[in-house]
Amino acid sequence: MTLLTPLFLSRLQFAVTMSTHIIFPAFSIGLLSFLAFMEGAWLKTKNPVYYQIIRFWTKVFALTFGMGVVSGIVMEFQLGTNWAGFSERIGSVLGPLFIYEVMTAFFVEAGFVGILIFGWDRVGPKLHYAATIMVTLGTLVSAYWILSANSWMQHPIAYAMADDKYVATDWLAIMFNPFNLPRYLHMVLAAWLSTSFVIISISAYYLYRNKYIDFAKKCLRFAVVAVMILIPIQIFIGDTVGVNVYKEQPIKTAAIEGIWDTAKGAPTLLFAIPSNKYQKNFFEIGSIPHGSAILNTHTYDGELIGLKTVPPDDQPEVWMVFFAFRIMAALGTFMLGYAVLATWMLAKNKLYTCKPMLYASQFLAPIGFIALFTGWITAEVGRQPWAVYGLIRTAEAVSNVSMHSVLVGFVLIFVVYAVIFGGFYFYFLDKTIKKGPADFDSDVDAIQPFGFLGANANKGETK
Amino acid sequence: MISMSLALIWLGVIAFIVIMYVILDGFTLGIGLLFPWIQDSEDRNTMISTVLPIWDGNETWLVFAGAALYAGFPHAFGALMTVLYLPLMILLVGLLLRGVSFEFMHKATPSTVHIWEKCFFMGSCMAVIAQGIFVSNYVQGFLLNSSTGQIEAHHWLTGFNLFCVVALLIGYTLLGSARLIKKTSGALQEKLFQISGKLQWFLLIALVCLGIFSPLHNEALKLWFILHGSLFMYLFVLIVIFLMSLHVYAIKKRLETIPFVALIGIFIIAYIGFGLNNLPYIVPYQLTFMQAKADDSALKLMLCGVVVLLPVLLFYTAYAYRIFGGKVDASKKISY
Repeated sequence: MTLLTPLFLSRLQFAVTMSTHIIFPAFSIGLLSFLAFMEGAWLKTKNPVYYQIIRFWTKVFALTFGMGVVSGIVMEFQLGTNWAGFSERIGSVLGPLFIYEVMTAFFVEAGFVGILIFGWDRVGPKLHYAATIMVTLGTLVSAYWILSANSWMQHPIAYAMADDKYVATDWLAIMFNPFNLPRYLHMVLAAWLSTSFVIISISAYYLYRNKYIDFAKKCLRFAVVAVMILIPIQIFIGDTVGVNVYKEQPIKTAAIEGIWDTAKGAPTLLFAIPSNKYQKNFFEIGSIPHGSAILNTHTYDGELIGLKTVPPDDQPEVWMVFFAFRIMAALGTFMLGYAVLATWMLAKNKLYTCKPMLYASQFLAPIGFIALFTGWITAEVGRQPWAVYGLIRTAEAVSNVSMHSVLVGFVLIFVVYAVIFGGFYFYFLDKTIKKGPADFDSDVDAIQPFGFLGANANKGETK
Repeated sequence: MISMSLALIWLGVIAFIVIMYVILDGFTLGIGLLFPWIQDSEDRNTMISTVLPIWDGNETWLVFAGAALYAGFPHAFGALMTVLYLPLMILLVGLLLRGVSFEFMHKATPSTVHIWEKCFFMGSCMAVIAQGIFVSNYVQGFLLNSSTGQIEAHHWLTGFNLFCVVALLIGYTLLGSARLIKKTSGALQEKLFQISGKLQWFLLIALVCLGIFSPLHNEALKLWFILHGSLFMYLFVLIVIFLMSLHVYAIKKRLETIPFVALIGIFIIAYIGFGLNNLPYIVPYQLTFMQAKADDSALKLMLCGVVVLLPVLLFYTAYAYRIFGGKVDASKKISY
């Protein structure tokens, strides 16, 4: 595929915008669920450290949420600008899913997020908590709708054709596609896990420097316990997703495992360099016999069909899928190991004081997001060359727009994204972390946990 | 028959969503457009505070509009987005820059906050310019390239395009100023009254020009205005004159609410005037709404949802507005 075509640039643009966008809603989902827990704890125990936690992490949330909104609008309109072929043909199927996402999730989030962030001195504590819960629910519902749209693209069901276009024949089947539920849960847990590792990293950063000790201890403990509970569940759900992919998208499974020839009891390859050009793997290293069969079929001699059973034009870029999956799985395994170690140290009351552990934990912030990103690469690149698996090719889906327009648009977007999201978002995030929860330090709070809300709103950080 | 009713109702829903967006984000974008006139950082901070808790909700109406067009008339969505590709990119980037400026302005040091104020202004400008181009193209209609079979826009650098952009810039600035007048007090409010007082004459000129030039560029309007001399159109003109006079009077007498209401009225009338007359075309003059519409079962499903959920979301949106109602105190910086 030559580089300077509208198709290639549109795909690259989608990759750049989608990869950037997914970080923000995922982080928002995690932060909101965390805030919901912490605010509940504060209301129940009136412990001022919880108030400190909520106010600090709300700052991180507020910065992140706005990024998610503006990058999200780009995604929506990009479906029209660059993928008109796709939109025109499946608009009748996916359109309603987006409408429901807007009405049941986006407006809920937007309606209540103002109260959450700015309403501390305008509403009572119970109403504020209700607002937090509503925004949290909004993000969780939003994830469901968007995953259901993506799941239909992966596993189209309940449709009929009218002229050139697809129409739905059973809305309940589409909305509650059984293929979707494990993927949705996998995404939500991924969001929770990614956020937990950010919380671990920042808490460790403070504890290592003996700052905000009560604050950091509570955050760290919560996040470590969360990871310990979630990662085994996530691995189990991931397995379910994998088995579903094997059943419905066997070529994607073949790409994940790097299997070119149909094989019973196929092995798991730890390393290889797959080549679409030569239709084989180079440098295969570390083969676990029957591994792929067991992982994907849950039987010793399960058969995996090979990539070569379809013509090269129907195969995805195998090396991307192969490596993305391995990175994700490796990180998941690492998370499990870390969770066990950290939980054990927590139980032995060693976690907060073990300097090496704290030092190392500081660097864990991105690992959840890298796993999330590579997981999505597996799913989306693995679906290629299809936009809708088996029905509409990505190449057919692209808009008929001039190269000049696409190039100008792409450069504009790329530069702005790099500067704003790649640069300034992290700059301000770093600033917020370095500043810490100092403004919400509280002896006063212990005396009048709610009454002081008005006073503290002015005392709080302005610039 | 049912097909057409469903499609028409959904067209009405889209129309409602778009006008909501135009008004709500209109006054939000207008704040950015006012920055060249109001240089003081404290004042700017106050202006921003009037929308900080609600700007996201306002922008969500645009998300809703896009989704509604996509879901209801997929063929039109595809056609319009591709034919207006670059203006759309400008809109998206403008909204992005405007949106992030809200957050970054809040977190920047006093010495660097001006960067984000400029970014806020630039983003707002880009978004409004892009919208002006959409309006102008929609009024003029689109062409069909007979050799490629593709829908195309008129050349981008025309007088009418420029005119629509300028008119929208003025309109949104006034809308922004009018809402700010409601939300502020003291010296800042007085400054805004003066700005509105000067700018409103340009809006009047723009409206007059619009009345004269649009029928020349739009087939349907030409029919109504010049050839038929429709009573409706003259009624529209009278209402606009009335609302404009109301605005002028209110600014002179320093009344706080009427300018905003009058401007909303003007926007709605202009919108109806330009929007309605293109029926049955949804992409004038190439695609009718019946040609572009989605499948009936999709429309039914969405309308069921809208009937229930739209009133609900309007309710809690209004409720959130009320929580942040009243004047913004210039001395109390909004923070979190």
